[in-house]
Amino acid sequence: MIEVRGVNKTFADNHVLHDINTKFEKGKVNLIIGQSGSGKSVLAKCMVGLHRPETGMILYEGENFTDMDHKERVNIRKEIGMLFQGSALFDSMTVEQNVMFPLTMFTTMTKKEKLDRVNFCLERVNLDGKNDLYPAECSGGMQKRIGIARAISMNPKYLFCDEPNSGLDPLTAIVIDNLIKEITYEFDTTTIVITHDMNSVIEIGDNILFIHQGRNWWEGNSKGILTTDNKEISEFVYASDFMKEIRTMMKEKRQ
Amino acid sequence: MFQLIANIGKYMSMILAVFSKPEKGSVFRARLFEEIDFIGINSIIIVALMSVFMGGVIALQTASNMDSPWLPEYTIGYITRSSTILEFSPTIICLILAGKVGSNVASEIGTMKTTEQIDALEIMGVNSLGYLVLPKIMGAVIFFPILIVFSMGLSLVGGWLAVLLSGLASTETYVFGIRSFFEVGDITYALVKTVVFAFLIVSIASYYGYYTKVGAVEVGKSATKAVVSSSIAILISNFFLTQMFLL
Repeated sequence: MIEVRGVNKTFADNHVLHDINTKFEKGKVNLIIGQSGSGKSVLAKCMVGLHRPETGMILYEGENFTDMDHKERVNIRKEIGMLFQGSALFDSMTVEQNVMFPLTMFTTMTKKEKLDRVNFCLERVNLDGKNDLYPAECSGGMQKRIGIARAISMNPKYLFCDEPNSGLDPLTAIVIDNLIKEITYEFDTTTIVITHDMNSVIEIGDNILFIHQGRNWWEGNSKGILTTDNKEISEFVYASDFMKEIRTMMKEKRQ
Repeated sequence: MFQLIANIGKYMSMILAVFSKPEKGSVFRARLFEEIDFIGINSIIIVALMSVFMGGVIALQTASNMDSPWLPEYTIGYITRSSTILEFSPTIICLILAGKVGSNVASEIGTMKTTEQIDALEIMGVNSLGYLVLPKIMGAVIFFPILIVFSMGLSLVGGWLAVLLSGLASTETYVFGIRSFFEVGDITYALVKTVVFAFLIVSIASYYGYYTKVGAVEVGKSATKAVVSSSIAILISNFFLTQMFLL
């Protein structure tokens, strides 16, 4: 479990996060949603240690990550897998080398053991046999799946996904969503997904944290978000005409 | 002025982080050989071309400026050797390498920064500076002196070809000039300069690459700043090293 306690973050005069308090549960897909510029990516970056909050703390299984020294942080980071918005694959390496990279850096596994693990991870994301391709030779959806394979190669306890569906067509986005969900349940990871994709919110959101103007605005699940009367959430969820129609239909059905 | 001091401070703290212990020796060795290939071996052709022609030009210029009958013919070899060893090979070749290697390193690391590859390394628990920059600096510091010795040899060959083909001096006279008043200290001075320049080129380029702001335009700006700053650093340090070693 990851706990966020009283986190504040500012950049010069811009107060981005205001006293965020929340918990992300193990074995569940925890979503952080909100409009662009609401502070959700900053919160995620504070959680993985890429930004340091001015006040507050991030607790991994009760241990204060914020005050840890570099060595202690590295030990936690070895248990974190992260899928980046742009995949962040090493473009000078093949698919196999990308997925093998964390194993090479942090384990004493033999070459064969590493290769077996790489093949298992690639098979898990339906990319078996693509070992020798370079990221530039792969489609956007494939790159996301390679990113997931790399993220899970070390059997992480915590999986962070930063806008995993951005730039993908709806069908591929569903494939990625399902993959994240399956991996979370299969490996019992604490998964945190930053998204503003409404399909993801409804399909995979076990727990949802809605951030608005840097504040912890609402928490609940995928059913609750569709029925809440909270004005800001309604504006976010039912932003399109299509979603507004669905809301009307849902209201009529309830009546 | 404040910005300059801030940049120097940031550069120094980067250097401290770069020289922390590598995560894994075997990975560091593999990266070192990759960088020697990328930074050093890939520069051999341009260094060879520059050296042969510059050596030839130095020899021809010397010969064409020797008006006094009192100056012996072997002066051509002597001047070619001195110019090559003391300045041309270590300084001019390093300025060329600042353009080639510096822009390459800055844009490579800058692109990694903007595409979040450096963040990916950090989140995995890898010291990104140690992993990316240390092998580049070590590769340059190890291989640049080899390139410069190679350049010295080829410049002298270039000079010899020039005087031979133009009939300005005989091979014996040119070789006699090369061997005249030779001091081993000149080679030491040239190699010390090369090591300093290699460090400056790669560390400054890495600094601008690592602290690139987001965007393709910024990567280009970082590459330009890397080349300009490392060239200036080479010229300034060349002045002080010359003061220290030759005077």
